Amino acid sequence: MKKWIPLILVAALAGWVLSGLDQPPETGLQTREFGKLPVLMDGRFQPFDSVARNSLLQIRTKQTVPLDNGQTLTANEWLLEVLMKPEQADDRKIFRIDNGEVLALLKLPENQKFYSFNQIKPQADEIEKQADRIEPIDAAKRTVFETQLMKLFSEMNLYQRLEISLKPPGTDDFAAELAAFQQSIAPGIAAMQARDAGKKFDQDAFNNLIGFMGSYQTVARYALPAMVPPTDPGAPRDDWQNIGTNLMATAHTGEISPPAQAYAAMVTGYRSGSPADFNQAVAAYHLWLADRFAPQVNKARQEFFFNSFQPFYKALVIYVLALLLALCSWFVSWGNLAELLRRSAFCLIGLAWVIHTFGLIFRMYLEGRPPVTNLYSSAIFIGWGAVILGMALEKIYHDGIGCVVAAFAGFVTQIIAHNLAMTGDTMEMMRAVLDTNFWLATHVVVVTLGYASTFVAGFLAIIYILRGVFTNTLSPETAKSLARMVYGIVCFATLFSFVGTVLGGIWADQSWGRFWGWDPKENGALLIVLWNATILHARWGGLVRERGLMNLAVVGNIVTSWSWFGVNMLGIGLHSYGFTDAAFYWLMLFVISQLALIGLGLLPVKLWKSFSVPA
Amino acid sequence: MLKALFKLFSSLKLTVTCLSLGCILVFWGTLAQVHLGLYKAQNEFFRSFLVYWPLDGSAPHLPIFPGGYLLGTVLLINLLAAHLRYYQPGKRKIGIALIHLGVVLLLVGQMLTDFLARESALHLRIGETKNYSEADRAYELAVMDTTDKDSDKVVAIPCSVLVRRGTVSDSEMPFAVRAKTFYANSELTEKSAAGFEPVKTTAGAGSDLWWRELPRETAMDRVDAPSAVVEIATPQGSLGTFLVSAMLSQPQPFTFNHRTYEMLLRPERFYMPFSLHLIEFRHDRYAGTDIPKNFSSRVRLQNLDSGENREVLIYMNNPLRYQGETFYQASYDPDDGGSILQVVHNPSWLTPYFSCVMVGTGLLWQFLSHLIPFLKRRMAAPVNANTPRKEKKKS
Repeated sequence: MKKWIPLILVAALAGWVLSGLDQPPETGLQTREFGKLPVLMDGRFQPFDSVARNSLLQIRTKQTVPLDNGQTLTANEWLLEVLMKPEQADDRKIFRIDNGEVLALLKLPENQKFYSFNQIKPQADEIEKQADRIEPIDAAKRTVFETQLMKLFSEMNLYQRLEISLKPPGTDDFAAELAAFQQSIAPGIAAMQARDAGKKFDQDAFNNLIGFMGSYQTVARYALPAMVPPTDPGAPRDDWQNIGTNLMATAHTGEISPPAQAYAAMVTGYRSGSPADFNQAVAAYHLWLADRFAPQVNKARQEFFFNSFQPFYKALVIYVLALLLALCSWFVSWGNLAELLRRSAFCLIGLAWVIHTFGLIFRMYLEGRPPVTNLYSSAIFIGWGAVILGMALEKIYHDGIGCVVAAFAGFVTQIIAHNLAMTGDTMEMMRAVLDTNFWLATHVVVVTLGYASTFVAGFLAIIYILRGVFTNTLSPETAKSLARMVYGIVCFATLFSFVGTVLGGIWADQSWGRFWGWDPKENGALLIVLWNATILHARWGGLVRERGLMNLAVVGNIVTSWSWFGVNMLGIGLHSYGFTDAAFYWLMLFVISQLALIGLGLLPVKLWKSFSVPA
Repeated sequence: MLKALFKLFSSLKLTVTCLSLGCILVFWGTLAQVHLGLYKAQNEFFRSFLVYWPLDGSAPHLPIFPGGYLLGTVLLINLLAAHLRYYQPGKRKIGIALIHLGVVLLLVGQMLTDFLARESALHLRIGETKNYSEADRAYELAVMDTTDKDSDKVVAIPCSVLVRRGTVSDSEMPFAVRAKTFYANSELTEKSAAGFEPVKTTAGAGSDLWWRELPRETAMDRVDAPSAVVEIATPQGSLGTFLVSAMLSQPQPFTFNHRTYEMLLRPERFYMPFSLHLIEFRHDRYAGTDIPKNFSSRVRLQNLDSGENREVLIYMNNPLRYQGETFYQASYDPDDGGSILQVVHNPSWLTPYFSCVMVGTGLLWQFLSHLIPFLKRRMAAPVNANTPRKEKKKS
């Protein structure tokens, strides 16, 4: 029976993960079907669902909007409201403002965390005035207030542009409006031509058309996603337009395009409180797209699936569970329980890793890129690499340490990745020099594995120090095998960080002829190599023994975190960025915690609980 | 004494000390970039033997920390000495030897790069042909005899001569050029403003301008704009003083002995025995955005000596390597009507490639030669042997 417990646990959690695939059908508005529609934004095709989630994450730092009545809007439901019923969306409390000075400027109460657009609107002119003043100031030289105000300004900009991305302001029955627009085109054009020729013309027809064109021009100028595909089969497949531009072009063709009509029908259905009409318009548009834009539709569907499956979140939950089990395995001594817990943790980590890998590969497939393309994906990948290392250690040593390392690394890197996703689309396009899968696949992957292994060594050292100082579970054998693990992993880290760093230099040599430019990011990578080399030479030279090795490995954590995050902060300026940005705050906290651990590691042996009690 | 010195220089303690100091240097040098700018920080910390305090170069100017060159040199000596002292032939040491040989190659290659490499820029408008590139920072005073319609005779005087306020004569010039005032970085205006002085010249354009000296630029993306007042001294007496400046785009013309001359302070030029002609420049963006996707320049390479005449496409991450020069797509004109190629002459560019392979192989060799026997031993031991060990630990 006991043999089966880990497997039963795995089966149960796998069931939980898979149950997410089977979503109950939607009654009423089929917002998920809407969420699957493809649009072109930020240079890539994505579903409305991604636009919704990324925008909401930027503005509200969460992917949902809780309502006063206890219900919750999903990102999709929120976006639909913003696009189609902005007057209602304006009351949703979505703008997160923490800075007291910004709140004072906007004359807002301090006891709320989130504010609605309607609450902010009265001071919109003031915000714009301030933003005009701050704009020319170098980002590094802005004060906390200025940085926060600019953040709010850009969030409001995003929100207001989304509001007029689908329909002109004030439009209610969009379908009827488009029908009237189409009617107005022929007489309007005739009036225009007559006017240009200096003949008598129909002033009403002229004014009518100009009125429509004026309001569509506003949409054309500010709309964000390009949601209308080209109707001409010969046009380039990525030549999508926003709906305003498309409607303005209608004046030449005289025919309103089927996608624009479909979107107008959705607006009318939504606003008139008729889910059936809305659903029908969405379904009809899906049908229209299906054979004309199959690749874009598939891409959007796959990304929608990825968004709603949330593999990284699910892996995180399982990592946490595994971490608890593995930690317990160190401290229980009742029968075979320790071994059972350890094995269960190991199996769960395996399951989480499979889901983690699935997410990683799915992302690579969606992006058409190697795994690491930005800071967000580097966190996902560092976690992935560290979990493999941890599981390998567990496979060799069978003492629960590898499990704790793997589960902890998996869990923490997912948290970091989640917080990094706040800045917007995590699958953004790669700027020219980075647009090379060869170097992303070699340099970036190798150097990231170097980060991962340095962190694993550092974390093993932390286990050594904490268990040694606070518990009596660090037997001489365990201590010795930990030392061996740290040494082995540092060797591994040296290999990866050296090769990765030099490959980076070679990339630089290929792209601008400078192998080494002492740029902060390069220096960060070099620092990891130097530090790992220092550790190895210090050990070979007998300058450090077991505990010294551990302390040096913890320093490796500081070095790596600085190279990973610290240098990025330098680029934008250490000063104002520093104390406002959450990342800097966490980095400092991390560094202080590591220094405290080194302090513990330096305590005389007689204060170590494990070493003072004879085993 | 010698023995003690050898012992010191071959010790691992020295290695660890140098590596630790290296870590501090890199960290400090990176932080210093915030204030000093990348260019200056690089020169103060990494391309130097000693780091001086205060960093802005003012007094008292005390050496307080070893610089990049010093640490690199000591590490090199240390490495060679340690290998002399500890080296034993055998399979186990191949990895270590390979790693360190690769590191030596990398360090030496980078030092050579610092001394031998030259970077310049080649700016081509579409349809333009050039057989020279221009320095990013260094200027020269070009004195051109433009009397003959077909060819100009040019004497280029490097700025280093102007800095010394020296006098230059050349067999190609029937007069001497004397630098009266030289500002390494400067600003010119047409109207009087605070801090500006009138440029007092007696000939040529610019005598009504105002100028002031500026501190040297230290940021990587900004360059100095030097200006100078020079005098043309002929055997028959002075032709007057002229203003030359990086901020003036028109040359200063003058005549002497019925020949016409022009004088221009321009970026230093490096001539190549071949020419490049820009046929097309492309700036591709991602659909519906301004995010750049690719920059590429289609150029015609013409070498009259070898008769070569072919089209080449230079784009991001794909440079043209030809006759020791490498041309990279670096920048472009705001109107997309021209391309700027970075031209690098670096004889030691291949060293990092070899070094990477050597060190990578060495590390892998060393790593596997320990890991595999270790794993074999672990796997040979019964897995259950751990359980009792764990039990013992709990007791």
